[in-house]
Amino acid sequence: MTVKAEGVSRRYFRKTGTANYFDAVQPVSLEIAPGGMTVLTGRSGSGKTTLLNMLSGLLVPTGGKVWYDDTDLYALDDRALSRLRSERTGVVPQGRSAVDTLTVLENILLPARLYQRELPVEAAVRWMEKLGIAPLRDARPAELSGGELRRMAIVRALAQAPDVLFADEPTGDLDDENTRLVLSAFRDFAHEEKKAVFMVTHENDALLYADRVLRMDHGQVTS
Amino acid sequence: MKISSLSLNNLVRKPGRTLALALLTAFLALAVFGGSVIVLSLRGGLQSLEARLGADIILVPSEAQSKVSFQNMFLQGTTGAFYMDASVAEKALEVEGVEKAAPQTFLASLKADCCSIKIQVIGIDPARDFTVQPWISRSLSRELGDMDVAVGCKVEAGMGEIIRIYEQRCKVVARLEPTGTGLDTAVYCNMNTMNALLRAAEEKGISHRIESGDSVISAVYIKVRDGSDIDAVNSRLNGRLRKVTAVRTRSMITGVSDSLAGISRTVTVLIAAVWVLAFIILLLAFALIIRERTREFAVLRLVGASRGMLARMVLAESALCGLLGGLAGTGLAAALLFPFAQLIESALKMPYLMPDAGVVVPLAAGTVLLSAAAAALSSVLAAVRLSRVDPGTALREGN
Repeated sequence: MTVKAEGVSRRYFRKTGTANYFDAVQPVSLEIAPGGMTVLTGRSGSGKTTLLNMLSGLLVPTGGKVWYDDTDLYALDDRALSRLRSERTGVVPQGRSAVDTLTVLENILLPARLYQRELPVEAAVRWMEKLGIAPLRDARPAELSGGELRRMAIVRALAQAPDVLFADEPTGDLDDENTRLVLSAFRDFAHEEKKAVFMVTHENDALLYADRVLRMDHGQVTS
Repeated sequence: MKISSLSLNNLVRKPGRTLALALLTAFLALAVFGGSVIVLSLRGGLQSLEARLGADIILVPSEAQSKVSFQNMFLQGTTGAFYMDASVAEKALEVEGVEKAAPQTFLASLKADCCSIKIQVIGIDPARDFTVQPWISRSLSRELGDMDVAVGCKVEAGMGEIIRIYEQRCKVVARLEPTGTGLDTAVYCNMNTMNALLRAAEEKGISHRIESGDSVISAVYIKVRDGSDIDAVNSRLNGRLRKVTAVRTRSMITGVSDSLAGISRTVTVLIAAVWVLAFIILLLAFALIIRERTREFAVLRLVGASRGMLARMVLAESALCGLLGGLAGTGLAAALLFPFAQLIESALKMPYLMPDAGVVVPLAAGTVLLSAAAAALSSVLAAVRLSRVDPGTALREGN
């Protein structure tokens, strides 16, 4: 599946200097093709997360369109958009992203369970082993460290075998060894399973794994 | 995992939160069910009293007015002992506008060797009585025979048991349905039995009979002919009959009815106040809980939950909490009200007749459903607010 952004922008209404608004993302056009890993870097507050959220169907743009192949993402109603998010995208957000009342494995299988799809237990176990959290499958999120929680979110996104994986600072809480594990997992996912990976990061190491690097500055993609 | 099972999971795995919300709704259910049962019992008692009295006017000896409170006479069974000539009943029938005149004779037994229990005995003329007899007929298919007694539901005597009253042996042939009034503590017999008891009491030196011989009564219950003015008949009776006072029964009921209306109003206002207060607390609680769970809901949106799914989840959680609280509150109210009905009755000093299962069960079911609906309703605002937020914005807010 190819993700295409056409002049996508996001304006927030807030007092900024003399203006009453702030353009977090200025019109951006880009394409994310399957089989490659795209890395978006830039300073804090440059609009990277906002762009990722708009591309992943989590935030309605104030301008432009996002296409998933021939589907205009934001022309879908909430029900269809939610189902599409569950079936075709995997998102690793910043910060904690666990449902505290579920175990690690239940959290990982949640997207499939919400729509009563076949549970990707085998894939979940495989990715958990690969990222070193297999022994934690029955633990509760409250019992996990920040790094373990982050890897749980990554496994949750990967186990669904989405067409496109969006990850926002996925290695933020990880040590060097786990960072390498995660980055190679993403690269393998893109290359071997012919999926698209779009990652936002400050991590310089990530650039070594990227097939394409984009930079963002003041809401604009500069390269 | 369906969204409904996720709701159940959230309730089970967050027991503290679930318990707090359930307690709030339990408080609502307790107020509604408990208050309603009390009001219904008081109304039932009054209706029962009206039905038992069934008369428009009561004739008593003039001296009786200074001896007893008529209200106590019927509510608490303290009938007193006052007598007049039995011919008063026949004379009353001759007065214009009087349709029926049923005599009754009262006697109190003693807490002494001569008597098994201390009770009020009421003698009736089954052929003429229209106040107590219809009630007795529901438990006894034949007329009361000589030395037979029918006992109120609060008299401690079983069917077939012999009770001694002034050394006279009387057989219990019927136990009567509850009325919620003093009538439940009395024993009923026919006039022959009553006369025998009066004679026996006199032999013991305990009687206040008048000089007119055997034929005495304590009161005459008057039913006025349809279309007749009750006040006019009352005046005529007072004018024609010597040493007798005619009292309108409504004047007795009015005091009870006014007190009952006051209690009903107070209970209703209390129920409303509890509801308003608890509903506001529930609204605030849900708003706070949902705010605290912003991140969790954002994660659910992230993995594909739609706005509708989240709203359903929140509503299901709150409704289940309400259901749990409703069951607990209703159960607690029932556990407090039903076993202690007599205690409540004596504390209120009012006719108090608990509604039967045909009323209580639907009322309990309605209260439980109402509690679930109130809890769900109080979370609607929070659910709507939640469903309007973009998952991207919610993720940022929840950080």
